[in-house]
Amino acid sequence: MSTVVTTEVMRADLRDTTSTSRKNWDKAFLGGLWVFTLLAIITLVVLIGTTLLKGFTRLNPSLLINFPSPFPEDAGIQAAIFGSIWVVVTSGLVSLLIALGTAIYLEEFADRKSRLNNLITINIQTLAGVPSIVFGILGLAFIARGWLSWGFTVGTASAVLTMMVLPVMIVSAREALKAVPSSLREGAFALGATRWQTIVKQVLPSAIPGLATGSILGVSRALGESAPLILLGALAYVSSNPSGLSSDYTVLPLVILKYTQEAQEEFQAVGAAAIIVLLVLLISLNMIAIVIRDKSRKSW
Amino acid sequence: MVDKMVNATIPEVSSTLPKVGSVLRMNLAEGQSSSSANFANEMIMESVGLQVHYGDFLAVRDVNLTIHKSEITALIGPSGCGKSTIIRCFNRMNDLIPSAKVGGNVFYKGIDLYGPEANSGEVRRRIGMVFQKPNPFPKSIYENVAFGPKVNGKPSKKETDEIVERSLKRAALWEEVKDRLKQSAFSLSGGQQQRLCIARALAVNPDVLLMDEPCSALDPIATARIEDLMAEIKTEYPIIIVTHNMQQAARVSDRTAFFNTEIGANATRPTGVLVEYDTTRKIFSNPSDTRTEQYISGRMG
Repeated sequence: MSTVVTTEVMRADLRDTTSTSRKNWDKAFLGGLWVFTLLAIITLVVLIGTTLLKGFTRLNPSLLINFPSPFPEDAGIQAAIFGSIWVVVTSGLVSLLIALGTAIYLEEFADRKSRLNNLITINIQTLAGVPSIVFGILGLAFIARGWLSWGFTVGTASAVLTMMVLPVMIVSAREALKAVPSSLREGAFALGATRWQTIVKQVLPSAIPGLATGSILGVSRALGESAPLILLGALAYVSSNPSGLSSDYTVLPLVILKYTQEAQEEFQAVGAAAIIVLLVLLISLNMIAIVIRDKSRKSW
Repeated sequence: MVDKMVNATIPEVSSTLPKVGSVLRMNLAEGQSSSSANFANEMIMESVGLQVHYGDFLAVRDVNLTIHKSEITALIGPSGCGKSTIIRCFNRMNDLIPSAKVGGNVFYKGIDLYGPEANSGEVRRRIGMVFQKPNPFPKSIYENVAFGPKVNGKPSKKETDEIVERSLKRAALWEEVKDRLKQSAFSLSGGQQQRLCIARALAVNPDVLLMDEPCSALDPIATARIEDLMAEIKTEYPIIIVTHNMQQAARVSDRTAFFNTEIGANATRPTGVLVEYDTTRKIFSNPSDTRTEQYISGRMG
């Protein structure tokens, strides 16, 4: 029956012919990859674990409500939380507006081939790689002192953080606009829509997921930034919440820096607890970015 | 025989004449060709010496076409012969490609589309377009059709509702979607999406409809529906269609323009040329040019 058929056919040889040494190499390589991955994960777990152990005793409402105090059991980080919110919200809004405008110009209006626009693009990419301390020095020389003389205020800090996150936000906003298929623009143009109508009514709404993720990631970078603000007076002892752009301020990363430098273990615990607060904030921001991206993901 | 048809000879003459002159000439010529009843249809668009460069590269040259009311005009030819480039000149979509330079003229009811009297937005409103791949907006079915009227004026809610219903009925889609107008356009099948795009184009009440390979992404059944729809609306909306499918051109069109490629004297890449333009019947039964005959009989391209 069926055997008759199989005897008539020349049977293929599909058995594994890979040599043993090659298989061992494969295994060794995979093992190596695992080791590196584990190294990274273990480091992270140890870091977070020790911070949690150190800080969880101070992880209570008084930490969030109280202002700094000479007594570690009373010390809190309310001023830093509000300072961070002020600085991040102001710089986030300003940089979002500027980044959106720049990206719309470069993607939708500019002639890609012109020298000027190439120069602008290269400049933005270079600025994205400039160390943040350089922005701090710039802010100290021209904003805190010098021409503007805004002093060590929320306004100065916001301006410097805006400069710092702008390049990254412009690049991500451009990517978001680029991801909108050109067939969508053509569809709108073909109905007699102007360039502006096409951008406002079709391109921007479709780019919202990308724009939102990009700006949230930019904002979370500003939230964790400490280097430029050390130069800009955020390391001071601030015992009140900012009331406006010209107020004194401090921010979470610098409060953490200050407390972890203290000799007393009780103060170090406050620092560790502040790290946990900052981590929770950063993770929530990233989660929001992911949710927005997934919720409004569209098939074209 | 009238095989040296007006369409092939007119360009040289009309390129030196103003629009009115060429219309007159056209009508005279039509008088001679009593063999084709189609030719009595009034001309609505005309291209004269149309050519397109992309940078230094001449993509297509010397295209002289006449588009008539109540007719479907098919542009056929092998890949790279400039069919899509030409159709995009008829509503100035090439404006969006910075390197594209259009030479010659395209007249629409006596006005040069590339002249000072023509605004590109108004041109595109009067001359609608349906694309190769269905490209509905990522919005509801209703919003897709309402977008055109909204950007071209501020119709009231009631007016918009009426336009949406009328356009969807005209595109033979109303019965399938009337209960789910608020749903995403992406919930529709490919063929339905393409009919939605036709409805969207009709919603601004254009005078001419351009279709750039509208069925190439569709299955045969959806294609048949679109073809039926084209035959149904052509009296109201003259259609220019680019198609790779010769059977489709033969089935649906009244006139056919055959394009081919040639390598110019100093060129490295092939340039598209209009080989022959005539009634579809003539092109497919008794073409004047041997290249046309070779192409339609499958010996080329």
